[in-house]
Amino acid sequence: MYTSLTNRRSFIKKMAVLSAMTAAASMFPGIVFASEQENGIPDGDLEWKKGPCRFCGVGCGILVGVENGKAIAVKGDPNSSVNKGLLCVKGYHQIMCTQASDRLTHALVKKNGTYVKTPINEALDIVANKMKSTIEQHGKDAVAMYTSGQSTIPEGYVASKLMKGAIGTNNLDCNARLCMASAVAGFLTTFGADEPMGCYDDIDHADYFITWGNNMAEMHPVLFSRMLEQKNRRGAKIIDFATRTTRSSMASDKSILFEPQTDLAVANAICYEIVNNGWVNTKFVEDHINFSKGLTDIGYGLEDKFKFSDKPTKISFEDYKEFLKDYTPEKVAKYSRVSVKDIKYLAAIYGDPNKKVVSYWCMGMNQHTRGTWMNNLMYNIHLLTGKISMPGNGPFSLTGQPSACGTAREVGTFTHKLPKGVVMNKKHRELAAKIWKVPVENIPSKPTYHTTEMFRAVDRGDIKFIWTQVTNPLVSLPKTSRYRPGMEKDSCFVVVSDVFPTPTSDVADVILPASWHIEKSGLYGNSERRTQHWDKMVEGPGETTPDAWMTIEVAKRMGYGDLFPYSKENHVEEIYNEYKEFHAGAKHEMAPLEVLKEESGVIWPYVDGKSTQWRFNAKYDPACDNGKDFHFYGKPDGKAVIWQRPFEPAPETPDEEYPFWLNTGRVIEHWHTGSMTRRIPVLHKAMPNAYIEFHPDDANALGIRNGERIKITSRRGSCIMPASINERGLPTRGQVFAPFFDENLMINDVTIDAFCPISKEPDFKKCAVKVEKV
Amino acid sequence: MPIKSYLAHPKKGKRAELVNALSNLQECEVIPAENNDLLIVVTETSNKAQEDKLKETLETIDSLKMLSMVSGFNTSKND
Ligand code: SF4
Repeated sequence: MYTSLTNRRSFIKKMAVLSAMTAAASMFPGIVFASEQENGIPDGDLEWKKGPCRFCGVGCGILVGVENGKAIAVKGDPNSSVNKGLLCVKGYHQIMCTQASDRLTHALVKKNGTYVKTPINEALDIVANKMKSTIEQHGKDAVAMYTSGQSTIPEGYVASKLMKGAIGTNNLDCNARLCMASAVAGFLTTFGADEPMGCYDDIDHADYFITWGNNMAEMHPVLFSRMLEQKNRRGAKIIDFATRTTRSSMASDKSILFEPQTDLAVANAICYEIVNNGWVNTKFVEDHINFSKGLTDIGYGLEDKFKFSDKPTKISFEDYKEFLKDYTPEKVAKYSRVSVKDIKYLAAIYGDPNKKVVSYWCMGMNQHTRGTWMNNLMYNIHLLTGKISMPGNGPFSLTGQPSACGTAREVGTFTHKLPKGVVMNKKHRELAAKIWKVPVENIPSKPTYHTTEMFRAVDRGDIKFIWTQVTNPLVSLPKTSRYRPGMEKDSCFVVVSDVFPTPTSDVADVILPASWHIEKSGLYGNSERRTQHWDKMVEGPGETTPDAWMTIEVAKRMGYGDLFPYSKENHVEEIYNEYKEFHAGAKHEMAPLEVLKEESGVIWPYVDGKSTQWRFNAKYDPACDNGKDFHFYGKPDGKAVIWQRPFEPAPETPDEEYPFWLNTGRVIEHWHTGSMTRRIPVLHKAMPNAYIEFHPDDANALGIRNGERIKITSRRGSCIMPASINERGLPTRGQVFAPFFDENLMINDVTIDAFCPISKEPDFKKCAVKVEKV
Repeated sequence: MPIKSYLAHPKKGKRAELVNALSNLQECEVIPAENNDLLIVVTETSNKAQEDKLKETLETIDSLKMLSMVSGFNTSKND
């Protein structure tokens, strides 16, 4: 961040400040030091360039100070309504990673077992030839691309156009499958339209924030600091409902713990209480709600080629009430470990018509073998009470990655998706074919491989060529103990585009050197439907190239040049303007590029020069046209759905042989698999390695002390980590927790690849393990 | 030439006073948290003796409840 400063003393001073900030951030959830930005930023001709933060889905606006072509400082963008000038520790330090000595600056091609530095044009020839010859020999479904919720909008768009429009295969999926797929499936089944209806300004209006299975103080720190501000200023309350005590729990007004998987039952019990106490918003329900149920006992996807499709059936409100009788607080308290009093307490908050409530969730609810159901149940609570689509009232599904919404969900880099709609829908295929200028027959109507199944297909030898961009699956997939050897097999040619070497690039046949964030222009879309544009700020080193441009170059070499007529200088703009055509109309209109260049992000639908902050509410959303106060226009009849979804157990629960639940997650210092943040010295120093957290009683019973080496074993694999007791977080008794950022201590060798049969999102939060000292 | 950073916790209701007291010391740079009663203090002194003296001065500040060191660097004079 500051290495270009000639004065070493001021550099050291800044390192000292950053260390203190990092220490403070790990001790005090949500702490921010805005004035730090102005301190010690070098005088002189700094040019400040705006963009979004590279890291999380909060999507804070940043200003990067550039001097003599080098990025030397970062501060929060005061014009961004997301963060109002604040940033978290990761945000402040982000550009430091670009200085890492092992940066991938040139293409590397594996020849006779060693990587040989190769001119980028030659490497792209090899990639294109290999992709082409694989298709000729084995068919188009033998090639695949696996991209990211950190890909820019143009990067996702050209990947989709190449795979689905040009080649004609749906073998495209992305790492957002591992984090947001259940949220998407939840939105689509309940509302028929993806992404939250509200926005971050809800924080300024809510009386209660109820967080479900997430740790915002570490994962969405700037939003959490905004919540804390409301708590301190006007007495808003934060209730933390989770399976582990975290920094967020400690800063909340109340922390309620539940037994893993029983969130399904507790949500139903809350609905039971709402119905039973007469807290239903009857008018809202009559006007805007249908009731449905789906199949039950739906499996866990543990076997290869697992297939499932739900069969929705309409039911009545009376049927639903009958169903809820299995979920009285008394019955649910018995297996959820949540007291009757606490269930009633939560229900009473939601049920009070005079209290505004926002529910926040992220991975706990999404990475769940019943993730779609859990998302549906959350909506049930808000729909029964009519607390939705209003300032300070609403369910808000937080996203993990900076463009999981903008790229993965809106551009649609999932196997079943198109930039608008899904491949299964003829009209959606026709629209895509028209904009892409390809015959509609090119776009197959059946989805192929979702992420887990894609890597199973690599392992089986069905996929013979895979290209990963902006992601590190061999650290982030569940059950890497299967998928790493799978990717190492000679049967699959592996191309990895990345900024740094990773365990995934270690198995590549060709490594392509990617430009980092500010070394290219791009667009991201954050959790609140905000699209953010940035212009290239600095040159990248060596032959680093934007991922979008590498995809275009490969497409041209494969003979699809006509479909990719973009120019090197302006491809980002040209692609965005083409992509924007997909979303024309009041329900999803994207802002013109000129507006995005000017503003620090704009929320879609952007209609008549205005962001739509609360969708489906006629007061705020110009797309509502049913003449009523609310219009859930994602569904043909304009009504949202309350789903009857039962409690079902996890596929694997602790038993005599494997007596502990294993929960995995993240820490504030590191971004996902750590490939960037572990190269930022101050963050790496603050959190150098992963660990396995114990409840002190369990540690005592097993005679385990802090720092001792512990072997964690599941039915799939094992991993050795130092024990952590009473440090960062506190798991409940009978549970252990490990973060997954550390490529040297691979907890995902242990996790299970079970997934939600509807969303196909794996459950990284629950499997059974045994632990022993080594 | 020691450079050190500390987290400084003010006594209840004495945050402004502490910021003031620390800012008046030539060797200290103070960065208060926006939303918490916590300050980052960076000290820069010319040698160990001056550093020790500063530490003594800091400990006499009435509004200071606790001072904990986070990082310490020593640079050569010519840096
Ligand atoms: S909260 Fe997220 S977006 Fe904001 S600075 Fe931190 S990592 Fe970046």
